[in-house]
Amino acid sequence: MNPVNYLYLAALLFTIGAFGVLIRRNAIVVFMCVELMLNAANLTLVAFSRMHGNLDGQIMAFFVMVVAAAEVVVGLAIIVMLYRSRHSASVDDASLMKL
Amino acid sequence: MSGLLASTTSGAEAFQFWLLGGIAVAGALGTVLLRRAVHSALCLAGTMIILAIFYLANGAYFLGVVQIVVYTGAVMMLFLFVLMLVGVSTADNLKETLRGQRWMAALCALGLGILVTAGIGQAALGSFTGVEEANAVHGGNVPGIAEKLFTEYVVAFEVTGVLLTVAAVGATLLTHRERIEKATSQREQAEARTRSGHVPPLPAPGVYALHNAVDRPGLLPDGSPSELTVNPTLRERGQMREVSADKLASLAALEQRTAEYHGTAGGPANRRAEARRSLEKREAGEAAEPADTTPAGGDADGTAEDTDTGPSDAGPADKRPPGDRTSGDQASGDQASGEEEAK
Repeated sequence: MNPVNYLYLAALLFTIGAFGVLIRRNAIVVFMCVELMLNAANLTLVAFSRMHGNLDGQIMAFFVMVVAAAEVVVGLAIIVMLYRSRHSASVDDASLMKL
Repeated sequence: MSGLLASTTSGAEAFQFWLLGGIAVAGALGTVLLRRAVHSALCLAGTMIILAIFYLANGAYFLGVVQIVVYTGAVMMLFLFVLMLVGVSTADNLKETLRGQRWMAALCALGLGILVTAGIGQAALGSFTGVEEANAVHGGNVPGIAEKLFTEYVVAFEVTGVLLTVAAVGATLLTHRERIEKATSQREQAEARTRSGHVPPLPAPGVYALHNAVDRPGLLPDGSPSELTVNPTLRERGQMREVSADKLASLAALEQRTAEYHGTAGGPANRRAEARRSLEKREAGEAAEPADTTPAGGDADGTAEDTDTGPSDAGPADKRPPGDRTSGDQASGDQASGEEEAK
Protein backbone atom coordinates (compact mmCIF):
# COMPACT_ATOMS: atom_id res chain seq x y z
CA MET A 1 0.00 0.00 0.00
CA ASN A 2 1.29 3.41 -0.93
CA PRO A 3 1.02 5.91 1.98
CA VAL A 4 -0.54 8.35 -0.51
CA ASN A 5 -3.74 6.49 0.27
CA TYR A 6 -3.89 8.44 3.53
CA LEU A 7 -4.25 11.58 1.41
CA TYR A 8 -7.08 10.04 -0.59
CA LEU A 9 -8.83 9.01 2.59
CA ALA A 10 -8.44 12.55 3.95
CA ALA A 11 -9.87 13.96 0.71
CA LEU A 12 -12.85 11.63 0.99
CA LEU A 13 -13.49 12.61 4.62
CA PHE A 14 -13.14 16.30 3.73
CA THR A 15 -15.67 15.93 0.94
CA ILE A 16 -18.13 14.12 3.16
CA GLY A 17 -17.77 16.88 5.77
CA ALA A 18 -18.37 19.58 3.17
CA PHE A 19 -21.45 17.71 1.95
CA GLY A 20 -22.75 17.56 5.51
CA VAL A 21 -22.23 21.30 5.99
CA LEU A 22 -24.28 21.89 2.85
CA ILE A 23 -27.24 19.60 3.55
CA ARG A 24 -27.71 19.59 7.33
CA ARG A 25 -29.74 22.27 9.05
CA ASN A 26 -29.14 21.52 12.72
CA ALA A 27 -26.42 23.99 13.68
CA ILE A 28 -24.69 21.48 15.96
CA VAL A 29 -24.48 18.85 13.24
CA VAL A 30 -23.15 21.45 10.80
CA PHE A 31 -20.54 22.27 13.38
CA MET A 32 -19.62 18.60 13.75
CA CYS A 33 -19.17 18.35 9.98
CA VAL A 34 -16.78 21.31 10.16
CA GLU A 35 -14.84 19.40 12.80
CA LEU A 36 -14.73 16.42 10.44
CA MET A 37 -13.22 18.63 7.74
CA LEU A 38 -10.61 19.94 10.18
CA ASN A 39 -9.71 16.38 11.13
CA ALA A 40 -9.31 15.43 7.48
CA ALA A 41 -6.96 18.36 7.01
CA ASN A 42 -5.01 17.20 10.06
CA LEU A 43 -4.64 13.74 8.58
CA THR A 44 -3.24 15.34 5.43
CA LEU A 45 -0.73 17.33 7.49
CA VAL A 46 0.42 14.24 9.36
CA ALA A 47 0.76 12.26 6.11
CA PHE A 48 2.80 15.06 4.54
CA SER A 49 4.96 15.20 7.64
CA ARG A 50 5.75 11.54 7.07
CA MET A 51 6.33 12.13 3.38
CA HIS A 52 8.88 14.91 3.89
CA GLY A 53 10.46 13.45 6.95
CA ASN A 54 10.21 16.48 9.24
CA LEU A 55 7.98 17.40 12.14
CA ASP A 56 6.65 20.76 10.91
CA GLY A 57 3.50 19.16 9.57
CA GLN A 58 2.76 17.70 12.99
CA ILE A 59 3.30 21.11 14.60
CA MET A 60 0.78 22.58 12.15
CA ALA A 61 -1.69 19.84 12.96
CA PHE A 62 -1.19 20.58 16.65
CA PHE A 63 -1.99 24.26 16.11
CA VAL A 64 -5.05 23.31 14.06
CA MET A 65 -6.24 21.23 17.03
CA VAL A 66 -5.74 24.11 19.47
CA VAL A 67 -7.55 26.57 17.26
CA ALA A 68 -10.33 24.04 16.68
CA ALA A 69 -10.77 23.66 20.43
CA ALA A 70 -11.10 27.45 20.85
CA GLU A 71 -13.48 27.56 17.90
CA VAL A 72 -15.66 24.82 19.39
CA VAL A 73 -15.92 26.69 22.69
CA VAL A 74 -17.04 29.95 21.09
CA GLY A 75 -19.20 28.28 18.46
CA LEU A 76 -21.10 26.16 20.92
CA ALA A 77 -21.61 29.19 23.16
CA ILE A 78 -23.13 31.02 20.18
CA ILE A 79 -25.38 28.03 19.44
CA VAL A 80 -26.56 27.90 23.05
CA MET A 81 -27.29 31.62 22.96
CA LEU A 82 -29.21 31.29 19.68
CA TYR A 83 -31.17 28.39 21.12
CA ARG A 84 -32.11 30.49 24.14
CA SER A 85 -33.43 33.34 22.04
CA ARG A 86 -35.13 31.30 19.29
CA HIS A 87 -35.78 27.92 20.97
CA SER A 88 -34.38 26.13 17.94
CA ALA A 89 -30.93 25.14 16.76
CA SER A 90 -31.86 25.13 13.10
CA VAL A 91 -29.77 27.33 10.85
CA ASP A 92 -32.85 28.11 8.76
CA ASP A 93 -34.44 29.98 11.65
CA ALA A 94 -31.48 32.28 12.05
CA SER A 95 -32.15 34.14 8.83
CA LEU A 96 -32.08 37.62 10.31
CA MET A 97 -29.35 39.41 12.17
CA LYS A 98 -31.81 40.77 14.71
CA LEU A 99 -33.80 38.62 17.07
CA MET B 1 9.39 0.19 11.48
CA SER B 2 11.26 -0.01 8.22
CA GLY B 3 7.88 0.29 6.55
CA LEU B 4 7.81 3.94 7.55
CA LEU B 5 10.88 4.56 5.41
CA ALA B 6 9.81 3.04 2.14
CA SER B 7 7.25 4.15 -0.38
CA THR B 8 5.15 1.12 0.40
CA THR B 9 4.08 0.15 3.86
CA SER B 10 4.05 -3.19 5.59
CA GLY B 11 1.21 -5.57 5.00
CA ALA B 12 -0.06 -5.11 8.51
CA GLU B 13 -0.38 -1.39 8.03
CA ALA B 14 -2.13 -1.91 4.69
CA PHE B 15 -4.62 -4.25 6.36
CA GLN B 16 -5.15 -1.75 9.17
CA PHE B 17 -5.63 1.08 6.68
CA TRP B 18 -8.24 -0.69 4.59
CA LEU B 19 -10.14 -1.99 7.60
CA LEU B 20 -10.13 1.17 9.71
CA GLY B 21 -10.38 3.47 6.70
CA GLY B 22 -13.64 1.81 5.75
CA ILE B 23 -14.94 2.26 9.29
CA ALA B 24 -13.82 5.90 9.32
CA VAL B 25 -15.66 6.63 6.08
CA ALA B 26 -18.74 4.83 7.40
CA GLY B 27 -18.58 6.95 10.57
CA ALA B 28 -18.26 10.13 8.52
CA LEU B 29 -21.25 9.14 6.40
CA GLY B 30 -23.18 8.36 9.59
CA THR B 31 -22.32 11.80 10.94
CA VAL B 32 -23.75 13.41 7.84
CA LEU B 33 -26.73 11.17 7.17
CA LEU B 34 -28.15 10.08 10.54
CA ARG B 35 -31.13 12.14 11.57
CA ARG B 36 -30.54 12.34 15.30
CA ALA B 37 -27.77 14.65 16.39
CA VAL B 38 -26.62 12.31 19.18
CA HIS B 39 -26.05 9.49 16.70
CA SER B 40 -24.11 11.89 14.51
CA ALA B 41 -21.93 12.88 17.46
CA LEU B 42 -21.17 9.26 18.37
CA CYS B 43 -20.31 8.40 14.75
CA LEU B 44 -17.96 11.38 14.63
CA ALA B 45 -16.30 10.30 17.88
CA GLY B 46 -15.63 6.87 16.31
CA THR B 47 -14.13 8.46 13.21
CA MET B 48 -11.89 10.63 15.36
CA ILE B 49 -10.61 7.64 17.32
CA ILE B 50 -9.73 5.90 14.06
CA LEU B 51 -7.93 9.03 12.88
CA ALA B 52 -5.93 8.93 16.12
CA ILE B 53 -4.87 5.37 15.24
CA PHE B 54 -3.81 6.60 11.81
CA TYR B 55 -1.72 9.33 13.40
CA LEU B 56 0.02 6.72 15.52
CA ALA B 57 0.60 4.59 12.43
CA ASN B 58 2.16 7.59 10.70
CA GLY B 59 4.69 8.08 13.48
CA ALA B 60 2.91 11.08 15.04
CA TYR B 61 2.71 9.58 18.50
CA PHE B 62 2.14 12.86 20.34
CA LEU B 63 -0.65 13.92 17.99
CA GLY B 64 -2.32 10.54 18.26
CA VAL B 65 -2.63 10.87 22.01
CA VAL B 66 -3.64 14.53 21.78
CA GLN B 67 -6.30 13.62 19.24
CA ILE B 68 -7.87 11.16 21.65
CA VAL B 69 -7.58 13.46 24.67
CA VAL B 70 -8.63 16.72 23.02
CA TYR B 71 -11.02 15.65 20.29
CA THR B 72 -12.80 12.56 21.50
CA GLY B 73 -12.30 13.42 25.16
CA ALA B 74 -13.04 17.12 25.33
CA VAL B 75 -14.53 18.42 22.11
CA MET B 76 -16.98 15.59 21.45
CA MET B 77 -18.08 15.53 25.07
CA LEU B 78 -18.66 19.29 24.86
CA PHE B 79 -20.79 18.62 21.80
CA LEU B 80 -22.77 16.02 23.71
CA PHE B 81 -23.25 18.41 26.64
CA VAL B 82 -24.63 21.08 24.34
CA LEU B 83 -26.85 18.50 22.64
CA MET B 84 -28.31 17.54 26.01
CA LEU B 85 -28.82 21.24 26.75
CA VAL B 86 -30.48 22.00 23.44
CA GLY B 87 -32.63 18.88 23.36
CA VAL B 88 -31.52 15.38 22.46
CA SER B 89 -34.76 14.15 20.99
CA THR B 90 -34.99 16.75 18.24
CA ALA B 91 -34.52 14.94 14.95
CA ASP B 92 -33.67 16.99 11.90
CA ASN B 93 -36.55 17.95 9.68
CA LEU B 94 -36.01 16.25 6.34
CA LYS B 95 -38.27 18.57 4.37
CA GLU B 96 -36.32 20.62 1.89
CA THR B 97 -36.84 24.32 2.31
CA LEU B 98 -34.92 25.16 -0.84
CA ARG B 99 -35.97 23.22 -3.93
CA GLY B 100 -33.30 20.86 -5.21
CA GLN B 101 -30.82 22.01 -2.61
CA ARG B 102 -29.86 18.47 -1.67
CA TRP B 103 -29.04 17.47 -5.25
CA MET B 104 -27.11 20.65 -5.79
CA ALA B 105 -25.18 20.00 -2.59
CA ALA B 106 -24.41 16.44 -3.66
CA LEU B 107 -23.24 17.72 -7.03
CA CYS B 108 -21.01 20.34 -5.41
CA ALA B 109 -19.55 17.77 -3.00
CA LEU B 110 -18.90 15.39 -5.88
CA GLY B 111 -17.16 18.15 -7.80
CA LEU B 112 -15.05 19.06 -4.81
CA GLY B 113 -14.13 15.42 -4.25
CA ILE B 114 -13.09 14.97 -7.89
CA LEU B 115 -11.08 18.18 -7.76
CA VAL B 116 -9.20 17.27 -4.59
CA THR B 117 -8.60 13.67 -5.65
CA ALA B 118 -7.37 14.74 -9.06
CA GLY B 119 -5.08 17.24 -7.37
CA ILE B 120 -3.55 14.52 -5.25
CA GLY B 121 -3.27 12.23 -8.27
CA GLN B 122 -1.55 14.91 -10.34
CA ALA B 123 0.90 15.94 -7.64
CA ALA B 124 4.40 14.56 -7.93
CA LEU B 125 4.40 12.62 -4.71
CA GLY B 126 7.76 10.91 -4.49
CA SER B 127 8.64 8.18 -2.11
CA PHE B 128 7.80 8.70 1.53
CA THR B 129 10.84 9.62 3.57
CA GLY B 130 9.31 8.56 6.86
CA VAL B 131 9.53 10.43 10.15
CA GLU B 132 11.83 7.95 11.80
CA GLU B 133 15.00 10.06 11.46
CA ALA B 134 13.15 13.26 12.35
CA ASN B 135 11.83 11.57 15.47
CA ALA B 136 15.23 10.14 16.33
CA VAL B 137 17.10 13.47 16.16
CA HIS B 138 15.87 14.62 19.56
CA GLY B 139 15.34 11.18 20.96
CA GLY B 140 11.70 10.65 20.20
CA ASN B 141 8.56 12.19 18.77
CA VAL B 142 7.56 14.19 21.84
CA PRO B 143 11.02 15.78 22.48
CA GLY B 144 11.25 16.60 18.76
CA ILE B 145 7.88 18.37 18.75
CA ALA B 146 8.73 20.16 22.00
CA GLU B 147 12.03 21.37 20.55
CA LYS B 148 10.32 22.84 17.49
CA LEU B 149 7.37 24.21 19.43
CA PHE B 150 9.45 26.15 21.94
CA THR B 151 12.10 27.49 19.57
CA GLU B 152 10.89 27.92 16.01
CA TYR B 153 7.17 28.25 16.73
CA VAL B 154 7.29 29.91 20.13
CA VAL B 155 5.52 33.10 18.97
CA ALA B 156 2.70 31.10 17.46
CA PHE B 157 2.54 29.10 20.67
CA GLU B 158 2.17 32.27 22.77
CA VAL B 159 -0.49 33.67 20.43
CA THR B 160 -2.36 30.38 20.75
CA GLY B 161 -2.34 30.84 24.51
CA VAL B 162 -3.89 34.31 24.11
CA LEU B 163 -6.45 32.84 21.72
CA LEU B 164 -7.49 30.17 24.20
CA THR B 165 -7.87 32.75 26.98
CA VAL B 166 -9.97 35.00 24.75
CA ALA B 167 -12.11 32.00 23.74
CA ALA B 168 -12.73 31.06 27.36
CA VAL B 169 -13.66 34.63 28.32
CA GLY B 170 -15.83 34.97 25.22
CA ALA B 171 -17.74 31.77 25.89
CA THR B 172 -18.36 32.84 29.48
CA LEU B 173 -19.59 36.24 28.32
CA LEU B 174 -21.86 34.78 25.65
CA THR B 175 -23.58 32.21 27.82
CA HIS B 176 -23.77 34.28 31.00
CA ARG B 177 -27.24 35.53 31.82
CA GLU B 178 -27.90 38.20 34.41
CA ARG B 179 -30.86 37.49 36.69
CA ILE B 180 -33.09 40.54 36.39
CA GLU B 181 -36.13 39.65 38.47
CA LYS B 182 -36.16 38.35 42.01
CA ALA B 183 -36.31 34.59 42.46
CA THR B 184 -39.63 33.42 43.92
CA SER B 185 -39.30 31.71 47.24
CA GLN B 186 -41.01 28.45 48.15
CA ARG B 187 -43.48 30.25 50.39
CA GLU B 188 -44.46 32.64 47.58
CA GLN B 189 -44.97 29.71 45.25
CA ALA B 190 -47.21 27.96 47.78
CA GLU B 191 -49.28 31.11 48.32
CA ALA B 192 -49.64 31.66 44.58
CA ARG B 193 -50.77 28.06 44.16
CA THR B 194 -53.41 28.40 46.85
CA ARG B 195 -54.62 31.70 45.37
CA SER B 196 -54.92 30.23 41.90
CA GLY B 197 -57.21 27.47 43.17
CA HIS B 198 -54.89 24.58 42.31
CA VAL B 199 -54.82 23.24 45.82
CA PRO B 200 -52.76 20.06 46.00
CA PRO B 201 -54.65 16.82 46.73
CA LEU B 202 -55.17 15.36 50.15
CA PRO B 203 -52.28 13.46 51.67
CA ALA B 204 -52.20 9.74 51.00
CA PRO B 205 -53.07 7.35 53.84
CA GLY B 206 -50.38 7.36 56.46
CA VAL B 207 -48.70 10.56 55.32
CA TYR B 208 -47.19 12.35 58.33
CA ALA B 209 -48.63 9.61 60.54
CA LEU B 210 -46.54 7.12 62.47
CA HIS B 211 -47.43 4.19 60.19
CA ASN B 212 -48.00 3.73 56.50
CA ALA B 213 -50.94 1.32 56.57
CA VAL B 214 -53.98 2.08 54.43
CA ASP B 215 -56.28 2.17 57.42
CA ARG B 216 -54.40 5.03 59.04
CA PRO B 217 -55.63 8.45 58.01
CA GLY B 218 -53.19 10.97 56.66
CA LEU B 219 -52.64 14.17 58.59
CA LEU B 220 -53.70 17.51 57.20
CA PRO B 221 -51.10 20.29 57.35
CA ASP B 222 -52.59 21.56 60.59
CA GLY B 223 -52.11 18.15 62.20
CA SER B 224 -55.66 16.92 62.31
CA PRO B 225 -56.32 13.50 60.76
CA SER B 226 -58.26 13.54 57.51
CA GLU B 227 -60.80 10.71 57.31
CA LEU B 228 -61.17 11.27 53.57
CA THR B 229 -57.78 9.72 52.95
CA VAL B 230 -58.90 6.31 54.07
CA ASN B 231 -60.68 3.97 51.68
CA PRO B 232 -64.48 4.48 51.92
CA THR B 233 -64.99 0.73 52.41
CA LEU B 234 -62.78 0.72 55.47
CA ARG B 235 -64.57 3.82 56.74
CA GLU B 236 -67.97 2.16 56.27
CA ARG B 237 -66.88 -0.92 58.17
CA GLY B 238 -65.38 1.20 60.94
CA GLN B 239 -61.96 -0.33 60.40
CA MET B 240 -60.14 2.98 60.34
CA ARG B 241 -57.50 3.35 62.99
CA GLU B 242 -56.59 6.50 64.81
CA VAL B 243 -53.29 8.24 64.42
CA SER B 244 -51.27 7.87 67.55
CA ALA B 245 -51.82 10.68 69.99
CA ASP B 246 -48.11 10.70 70.74
CA LYS B 247 -47.34 11.58 67.16
CA LEU B 248 -49.79 14.45 67.24
CA ALA B 249 -48.33 15.67 70.53
CA SER B 250 -44.79 15.59 69.20
CA LEU B 251 -45.88 17.39 66.04
CA ALA B 252 -47.60 20.04 68.15
CA ALA B 253 -44.50 20.44 70.30
CA LEU B 254 -42.37 20.83 67.17
CA GLU B 255 -44.77 23.39 65.80
CA GLN B 256 -44.68 25.24 69.11
CA ARG B 257 -40.90 25.32 69.15
CA THR B 258 -40.83 26.58 65.57
CA ALA B 259 -43.31 29.32 66.43
CA GLU B 260 -41.23 30.34 69.43
CA TYR B 261 -38.11 30.37 67.33
CA HIS B 262 -39.75 32.64 64.79
CA GLY B 263 -41.15 34.80 67.57
CA THR B 264 -44.77 34.38 66.56
CA ALA B 265 -47.38 32.65 68.64
CA GLY B 266 -48.45 30.91 65.44
CA GLY B 267 -51.91 29.95 64.34
CA PRO B 268 -50.87 26.46 63.22
CA ALA B 269 -49.71 25.57 66.71
CA ASN B 270 -53.06 26.58 68.17
CA ARG B 271 -54.92 24.59 65.56
CA ARG B 272 -52.77 21.59 66.21
CA ALA B 273 -53.41 21.85 69.92
CA GLU B 274 -57.14 22.00 69.20
CA ALA B 275 -56.89 18.96 67.00
CA ARG B 276 -55.07 17.12 69.73
CA ARG B 277 -57.69 18.07 72.30
CA SER B 278 -60.51 16.90 70.03
CA LEU B 279 -58.68 13.64 69.43
CA GLU B 280 -58.20 13.08 73.12
CA LYS B 281 -61.86 13.79 73.67
CA ARG B 282 -62.78 11.21 71.06
CA GLU B 283 -60.46 8.68 72.56
CA ALA B 284 -61.96 9.26 75.97
CA GLY B 285 -65.36 8.58 74.39
CA GLU B 286 -64.28 5.34 72.72
CA ALA B 287 -62.05 3.97 75.42
CA ALA B 288 -62.10 0.54 73.82
CA GLU B 289 -59.25 1.01 71.33
CA PRO B 290 -56.49 -0.87 73.04
CA ALA B 291 -53.98 -1.56 70.28
CA ASP B 292 -53.48 1.99 69.12
CA THR B 293 -53.70 4.08 72.24
CA THR B 294 -51.14 2.10 74.17
CA PRO B 295 -48.11 4.12 73.33
CA ALA B 296 -45.11 1.80 73.42
CA GLY B 297 -46.15 -1.83 73.00
CA GLY B 298 -49.01 -1.24 70.63
CA ASP B 299 -46.84 0.80 68.32
CA ALA B 300 -44.00 -1.68 68.33
CA ASP B 301 -46.03 -4.53 66.98
CA GLY B 302 -48.15 -2.11 65.04
CA THR B 303 -45.26 -1.17 62.79
CA ALA B 304 -44.38 -4.81 62.25
CA GLU B 305 -47.89 -5.50 61.11
CA ASP B 306 -48.35 -2.38 59.07
CA THR B 307 -45.41 -2.65 56.81
CA ASP B 308 -46.11 -6.03 55.25
CA THR B 309 -49.76 -5.92 54.26
CA GLY B 310 -52.12 -2.98 54.48
CA PRO B 311 -55.10 -3.65 56.76
CA SER B 312 -53.51 -6.73 58.21
CA ASP B 313 -54.67 -6.41 61.78
CA ALA B 314 -58.24 -5.58 60.87
CA GLY B 315 -59.09 -7.56 57.73
CA PRO B 316 -57.25 -10.87 57.96
CA ALA B 317 -57.85 -11.11 61.69
CA ASP B 318 -61.53 -11.43 60.99
CA LYS B 319 -61.00 -14.04 58.31
CA ARG B 320 -58.82 -16.21 60.47
CA PRO B 321 -60.35 -19.36 61.91
CA PRO B 322 -61.26 -19.04 65.58
CA GLY B 323 -58.77 -21.71 66.59
CA ASP B 324 -55.93 -19.66 65.24
CA ARG B 325 -57.00 -16.64 67.22
CA THR B 326 -56.97 -18.49 70.51
CA SER B 327 -53.49 -19.82 69.83
CA GLY B 328 -51.94 -16.77 71.38
CA ASP B 329 -51.71 -13.85 68.94
CA GLN B 330 -52.49 -11.41 71.70
CA ALA B 331 -52.33 -8.18 69.77
CA SER B 332 -54.65 -9.24 66.96
CA GLY B 333 -56.98 -10.81 69.46
CA ASP B 334 -57.18 -7.55 71.32
CA GLN B 335 -57.65 -5.71 68.08
CA ALA B 336 -60.47 -7.99 67.01
CA SER B 337 -62.28 -7.63 70.29
CA GLY B 338 -61.79 -3.91 70.06
CA GLU B 339 -63.29 -3.93 66.58
CA GLU B 340 -66.29 -5.85 67.82
CA GLU B 341 -66.84 -3.48 70.66
CA ALA B 342 -66.56 -0.52 68.37
CA LYS B 343 -69.25 -1.99 66.19
